[in-house]
Amino acid sequence: MISVALRGMMRRKLRTVLTAIAIVLGVALITGTYVLTDSIKGAFGGIFSQVYRGTDATVTGKSAFTLSGQSNQNAPPFAESLLPKVRSLPDVADAVGGVGGIAHLILGGTVVHFGGAPNLGFSVDPKRPELNSLTLVRGDWPGPDQIVIDQATGHKKHLSVGQTIGVQANGPTLQMKISGFVHFGGAASLGGATLSGFDLPTAQRLFQRIGKLDQIRAKAKAGVTPAKLAAEIRAILPPLTQVRTGQAQAKSDARGTESFLNFLQDFLLAFGGIALFVGSFVIANSLSITITQRTRELATLRTLGATRRQVRRSIVIEGLAIGALASVVGIGVGLGLGVGLFKLFDLVGFTLPNNGLVLHTRTIVVALVVGILVTVLASLRPAVRATRVPPIAAVREGSDLPPGRFAKFRPVGSALLTAVGFALLIYGLFAHGLGTKGILLSMGVGTLLIFIGVALLAARFARPLAWILGSPAARFGGAAGALARDNARRNPQRTASTASALMIGLALVTLVAVIAAGITKSFRGAVNDLWVSGYAITAQNNFDPIPIAAGNAAAKTPGVQAIANVRGGDAQILGGVHQATAVGPGGSQIFNMKWLDGGSNAVFTKLGAHGAFIDDGFAKSHHLTIGSPLILTAPTGKSVDLHVVGIFKPPTGGSPFGPVTISDQAWDKIYDTPMNIYSFVRMKGGETVADKAALEHQLKAFPNAKVQTKQQFIDNQISGLNAILNVLFVLLALSVVVSLFGIVNTLVLTVFERTREIGMLRAIGMTRWQTGMMILGESVITALMGGVIGIVLGLVLGGLLAVRIDFIVFALPWKQVIVFAIAAVIVGIVAAIFPARRAGKLNVLEALQYE
Amino acid sequence: MAVSEQPKGDLSARSNAAVEARGLERRYGEGETAVDALRGIDLTVRSGELVAIMGPSGSGKSTLMHILAGLDKPTSGTVEVAGTEITGLDDAKLTRLRREHIGFVFQFFNLLPMLDAEENVTLPLSIAGEKPDRAWLDSLLEQMGLSDRRRHRPSELSGGQQQRVAIARSLVTRPTILFADEPTGNLDSKTGGEILELMRASTDAYGQTTVMVTHEARAASIADRILFLEDGLIVKELHGASQQDVLAVMNSLGT
Repeated sequence: MISVALRGMMRRKLRTVLTAIAIVLGVALITGTYVLTDSIKGAFGGIFSQVYRGTDATVTGKSAFTLSGQSNQNAPPFAESLLPKVRSLPDVADAVGGVGGIAHLILGGTVVHFGGAPNLGFSVDPKRPELNSLTLVRGDWPGPDQIVIDQATGHKKHLSVGQTIGVQANGPTLQMKISGFVHFGGAASLGGATLSGFDLPTAQRLFQRIGKLDQIRAKAKAGVTPAKLAAEIRAILPPLTQVRTGQAQAKSDARGTESFLNFLQDFLLAFGGIALFVGSFVIANSLSITITQRTRELATLRTLGATRRQVRRSIVIEGLAIGALASVVGIGVGLGLGVGLFKLFDLVGFTLPNNGLVLHTRTIVVALVVGILVTVLASLRPAVRATRVPPIAAVREGSDLPPGRFAKFRPVGSALLTAVGFALLIYGLFAHGLGTKGILLSMGVGTLLIFIGVALLAARFARPLAWILGSPAARFGGAAGALARDNARRNPQRTASTASALMIGLALVTLVAVIAAGITKSFRGAVNDLWVSGYAITAQNNFDPIPIAAGNAAAKTPGVQAIANVRGGDAQILGGVHQATAVGPGGSQIFNMKWLDGGSNAVFTKLGAHGAFIDDGFAKSHHLTIGSPLILTAPTGKSVDLHVVGIFKPPTGGSPFGPVTISDQAWDKIYDTPMNIYSFVRMKGGETVADKAALEHQLKAFPNAKVQTKQQFIDNQISGLNAILNVLFVLLALSVVVSLFGIVNTLVLTVFERTREIGMLRAIGMTRWQTGMMILGESVITALMGGVIGIVLGLVLGGLLAVRIDFIVFALPWKQVIVFAIAAVIVGIVAAIFPARRAGKLNVLEALQYE
Repeated sequence: MAVSEQPKGDLSARSNAAVEARGLERRYGEGETAVDALRGIDLTVRSGELVAIMGPSGSGKSTLMHILAGLDKPTSGTVEVAGTEITGLDDAKLTRLRREHIGFVFQFFNLLPMLDAEENVTLPLSIAGEKPDRAWLDSLLEQMGLSDRRRHRPSELSGGQQQRVAIARSLVTRPTILFADEPTGNLDSKTGGEILELMRASTDAYGQTTVMVTHEARAASIADRILFLEDGLIVKELHGASQQDVLAVMNSLGT
């Protein structure tokens, strides 16, 4: 029996391949994701251990509390005086102190950057190269006011030794001479990041760390273990510093990239999962259709003594074999995908460190297990259906499958399934006290049930829907169009199942579009509510901090009436870590705040050394009112006593202010190297070309600072969202492609099934073209059905989310909805090409004799 | 030929009847549109006998065979195959019965296209998880004239050859009874003749009990006994009739 199942599958090669593709794509995405992230992780791990190869112990600053990781905040630096103390320890052979941070290279007045990769700078010690992060590959180590640059950037920007280049870190731009080129550890490139190295005094000036260090690296004397060295150093450490062995430090440094890579991995895997879910629909559907077509064969097996269980098993085994085959191919394609992604990133300038592709056993196991499991699960229903083929079908023409025992409960069951799905989704969204995992699980399972339920329900309204969607075809398509509509309606179950695969992709795409439109709308609303007009100054990439000096320079521009610099960072307040902000008194003339409890914009001027304003949410959850005391602690361990001087209600789309905002002067006392996130400027005459030019002229020394009008500011802030949106669309497109193959598969099988009928139509005068148009029409009607149901479902799901999530208002992304509907039609057309050609090529005589 | 084993089945209890049907009625549909396909049929097929069931289309001959073979259930009446009452059996028990006691030959051969001739022949054994008896298989294939066609797929065989494979398949388990549904209905007259000779020969050589449904006089004429059905009733029975006898009865029945 097993060999019967497997050989039957081999015989239906085309169908097997088309079915398998549905799984191949999902498995490939999963494999590709693992390969990509594992390879990058491996490479980074290698880089960091290379960086610390000569280091036995490191001393770094330690925050007063665990940082949220959501801001650009680093641990505070410590006093340089610790270095001689470490050097004088008995087991220390040598030690160097270093500082580092974000350092932009400036060529021709603009910042050198590749993709969204960071621009990093470090101090190096020319006399102790074994303790440097950077490895010199050409030229010399830098002297005072000199710089070494990573070789990849050097190549890409055609830099040469002796050339002068601008550098801007925490202060104004400095001009430096290039003394040489370097690698980071052993890596020529670090994901498109620009790297620069300076001698310590120069770096301390750049990063505004005079008399301070971010790190000490120590080398042990021969025979002293790193652990012993670390213990010895630990004994003399001042507060807010910590010691680690070199290896531990390498791991800790890699952890930042690792947590990002883990996120990227989960994120991409989710889309692999979605593609597989869609693939399971395609598989269930095509297996189901083949079973109908194999009725006589299955019945014959039954007359020869095959039990129901044997029939069921033969279908499941077929599923297992398709799953295994598809998974193996998927792993191969996934490896290719990994290579392709590296190349793609390279092409856009985001060269990832790549020490060869890493294919863990785990990757293979997960890909195989998931691919096979999904296929087998998808084959269960068709397998049960196959057991309903009665032996008597072996001798009867066109006998129908008898309905299953539960067939009459099907409409109620699928409606119930959908209802349970919505209930779970709503429970996840609105129930209190669920953890993040609980919420995600409840929503995820809910959405899954909704999709399955709607897919089952779709068979109910497939006929009327096909009638409506097919009416243009029937009206203008002549006989072919009318037949196309009839064909789409004749097996509603099949049409609905085929459409459902596409429905899932389109529902998710629409959902994403609705959320994005909601965020955009509420953000736009918030900016318009809060800020009348003027200019905003941000970093070129819209989120890096900019030096305070830039804001100060802008303030001196002729015509400036008011400026509000907003700083931000992690702070410990009332036992929790929050994103606190700071602003100057200028805010009173810039912002249009909605103050509660009788407050006014005078709050900005009343902040002083100990005032704070808070948002209504924070006030509520911490039971704070005007006058309530609170303490804000910075990562440096320094704190400030505050009392609430104002409570405001931020608009739906958020505000530039965190839950707690203090004055910039109070902020600068407790934060190390404070920087601005935004500066908002109000100028005489509002927004004019001359004003903008004046601001830009004033900021010439800060090429990383960008002057924007309100409209530009909104667009720039949203541009990040749009980039994310496009990535989501591309990833979801994969599941749409899977469903496209599902339509191809159904049509091929349908053409096969209707061979005799098509032969008859051709015999009575239907042209090839008309035959093709008939198939095309059916395909487009099916795709549109999936599109319409999917878009409606996506709007409903998006609406639910908009109701729940505070910072989203419901907005109908009608332009995108139209694009999606057109995309569905295109999917239908593309899917029809191959089956329509096959139908057109049928030999009339043979088709008529086909049995 | 060394092989002439008796078909299996516990026949000791009941004279030597392979199939016994009593008071078979079969009604399709309900109310005014109901059709009575069988209206009270009593029938005994003795072991080693070749029985032909004839009748015009709509006479109920196919329904009778389906019910005798356990493919369909009567509205009332009983059927015993190899001493087992089958009308009340569930699917699992019926499957078992088919495995052990029943063979089928179909009008459209119903071979599995992906298996070669020999694999098709041994399929009932592999379904039952049994190994073929090589000597028996070889002699069967020899008898069917398929010795040089073992590795051919159905698509590489002529219609007659395909039906030979189907007959070999039905005989390989040495069933208590073999049901043949219009075995020559899809073959030209020369090939059909050869197939009929084979069926007669297998009955003679192996004592294979066979029930054949046909509407061809020539096919019926190879039978030991011919039953004529009309409107769901047995209206005539002939023993060892010639083709002319059969034609005469058919004409009298207005076929």
